[in-house]
Amino acid sequence: MPPQLKTLIPLFAIFITLFLVARYFLVPVSFGDQGHYRFYSVEENKEKVMQYAGKDACTECHDDKAEELSSGMHANLSCESCHGAGMIHYENPETTNIVKPDERVFCGLCHSFNPTRKDKIAQINLDEHNIDNKCIECHNPHNPWE
Amino acid sequence: MEQHYQHLYEMLSQVHGYIYPNEIDLQWGLLIVLYPYITGLVAGAFILASLERVFNVKVLKPTYHLALLTALSFLLVATLPLVSHLGHPERAYEIMTTPQGGSAMAIFGFVYLWYLMVVLLLEIWFDYRRDIVLWSRTTKGFKGILYKILTLGVTDLSPKTIKWDDKLGYIITLVGIPSAFILHGYVGFIFGSVKANPWWSTVLMPVIFLFSAMVSGIALVMFIYMAVSFLRKQKIDMLALDTIAKYLFYILILDFTLEGLDQIHRIYEAEESFEILELLVHGKLFITFFIFQLFLGTIIPLVSLGTLQVYKPKEKTRRLIYLASSLLVLFGVFFMRWNVVIGGQLFSKSFYGFTDYKLNLIGSEGLLMSITWVIIPFFILAFLLWLLPPWKKIHDE
Amino acid sequence: MGISNKEQSRRRFIKSAAVAAGGLLATSLINPFNAVLFAMDKPEDPTKPWWGYAIDISKCIGCGRCANACKTENNVPREPFYFRTWIEQYTILNDGTVKVESPNGGMDGFKQPVAEEDIFKSFFVPKMCNHCSKSPCVQVCPVGATYETPDGVVLVDETYCIGCRYCVQACPYGCRYIHPEKNVVDKCTLCYHRISKGKTTACIEVCPTQARILGDLNDKNGPLVKFLKEHNCLVLKPHLNTGSKLYYNELSQEVG
Repeated sequence: MPPQLKTLIPLFAIFITLFLVARYFLVPVSFGDQGHYRFYSVEENKEKVMQYAGKDACTECHDDKAEELSSGMHANLSCESCHGAGMIHYENPETTNIVKPDERVFCGLCHSFNPTRKDKIAQINLDEHNIDNKCIECHNPHNPWE
Repeated sequence: MEQHYQHLYEMLSQVHGYIYPNEIDLQWGLLIVLYPYITGLVAGAFILASLERVFNVKVLKPTYHLALLTALSFLLVATLPLVSHLGHPERAYEIMTTPQGGSAMAIFGFVYLWYLMVVLLLEIWFDYRRDIVLWSRTTKGFKGILYKILTLGVTDLSPKTIKWDDKLGYIITLVGIPSAFILHGYVGFIFGSVKANPWWSTVLMPVIFLFSAMVSGIALVMFIYMAVSFLRKQKIDMLALDTIAKYLFYILILDFTLEGLDQIHRIYEAEESFEILELLVHGKLFITFFIFQLFLGTIIPLVSLGTLQVYKPKEKTRRLIYLASSLLVLFGVFFMRWNVVIGGQLFSKSFYGFTDYKLNLIGSEGLLMSITWVIIPFFILAFLLWLLPPWKKIHDE
Repeated sequence: MGISNKEQSRRRFIKSAAVAAGGLLATSLINPFNAVLFAMDKPEDPTKPWWGYAIDISKCIGCGRCANACKTENNVPREPFYFRTWIEQYTILNDGTVKVESPNGGMDGFKQPVAEEDIFKSFFVPKMCNHCSKSPCVQVCPVGATYETPDGVVLVDETYCIGCRYCVQACPYGCRYIHPEKNVVDKCTLCYHRISKGKTTACIEVCPTQARILGDLNDKNGPLVKFLKEHNCLVLKPHLNTGSKLYYNELSQEVG
């Protein structure tokens, strides 16, 4: 064998071995358990914190409001559609509270006139319809046509 | 962060038509333009060097070692813009430890290492071993130590062993040619395989990248040969230069034909993305595509190099034309990469609008940093020429 | 010669046809030919959930509550360049012009700048990750930092992502972004932390018109399969063969 190869082959062998050793330590635990990814990552994704509690959670305490809601046009709405994420309030009901939006603009997100949603939902022109008052002064958001 | 948001708000005002909201943040900037550019220079320079060795084009002898060292200088830098562009550069090793087989990008680490360690370094080593051994005996100080290390302890200078140098170097060159093709064809595949992007997604992309790589690499060696000769106050071997120019001309024709074919095909098929791409090319890419890449970078060099194939003016004029052509080709290929990488991100995948790319002067992705990445290889080359001067090698003939 | 040439060739034909038919039969017994082409990949395990999603364009009123809730639930940066879900307003004018807008992803609601009489038709299209079963983004990830779970959700391993952005380029739907603080890619997880605990996604929770439907494609009596049965649904960019599992009812051809 030529002397060049006598040196080069061991050098490359050492290099490859070092790589394999490094690889052994660098591949994270659970990698490749299910596919070409770190399987624990699935669990980590599951463990993320929830912000929205869901309507059932709200109903546990506020069954009166839930009942009121269920009888009107907003029956299919979730509490958190308007009141925002409620998990923190659900877990600490004494110290935290949900939001109660009362601006005209907020109601307008659904109900301001836009031909794109015409025929799908009750609409008003925010610039014309009873402009001096908040919507909720006339319409009970839990039962708008009451 | 605030600066980034501010930049994005500015970009928001540059949007024409509709783009997906996540598209305002343009992902691959100038650094990723440099990556295929630099890799292409490497592949091209190497292929030029191999011509001499494998196809026995003797007139190219004066540029053989220069081409190899040029390829090495640029290859050493090729990964740096890429890695510095990552969101988590410290995790870059993952591409080697857990490469995902389905990804065109995953084998980059291996292709790169193969090319660096097995092809370029070995070829240069075999080629220079005898000289390194001789130099290590006569040189003192730091340089002498460096030579001693570079011999790797193989100091045998018997004719038999030297013959092995030649034989093994030849084998490496044989392996090297397909490797160079793979290295750069593969870079083209990274873009060509993105089916979501109609500006990139074409089977011709790897081939186009390969030929433009050869064009740019040959132009670079041509330029460096002239520059080094000028700096060393040596006479340029016009026969070698004429031959390189001839190759440049032929490969430029091929490159131009392929890119033309790609565009004609695109125009003739006129698929659903055609309208937005047409607007792109005639709008945001007009200057970089038609003027920089096509006119300055392709047509002018083609015409001037073509003219020299049939009409030979005196040496000085030829040298000037070669100098201008090589620089124009380098300029043009850079903008070819630009048009691919940046151009492919300027239009929305909704096909309803455009965003803009604003180059910052400073910052890790800014202009100054990018210029640095292009300049560093020249310093490496200067170092390599100091360490392994091709003109001090022993010639057999 | 008792048998004519013609006869001979006829026999030969019958013989080779029989061989071919027999061979075909034999192979089909081993590997039955399936004429049913799956728009998506086949589920890994038909007994387990295989999540899919449907959006009823005819019901969406463009209130933007989904995009807003998504940002809250998943800590998505509030700047208008990062969305896991957003809503587009399409307006096709009488002269054929198509106008698309999504100001702040639709989170602040929509205005319709075009006069009603000039509108040919107009509708809202909520967008989000398609959780493709042949996802181009998973295909291109060089390190395996994004993957499809066995139950059909495309997730990101944010501790492993190197931030190369190749997946952002590969997603035809523009559903991925680089998280500006974490410097890794981020995308819709189909609220994996919720659906794996039996809850629904945040976007569905707050949708006032039930325009969004989550379901298990393996559950033949489930809400999603029922919806797909009762409506003519399409996926986005079907020619790209991404195996999208996000189905749209009343999807119009203008939607890009």
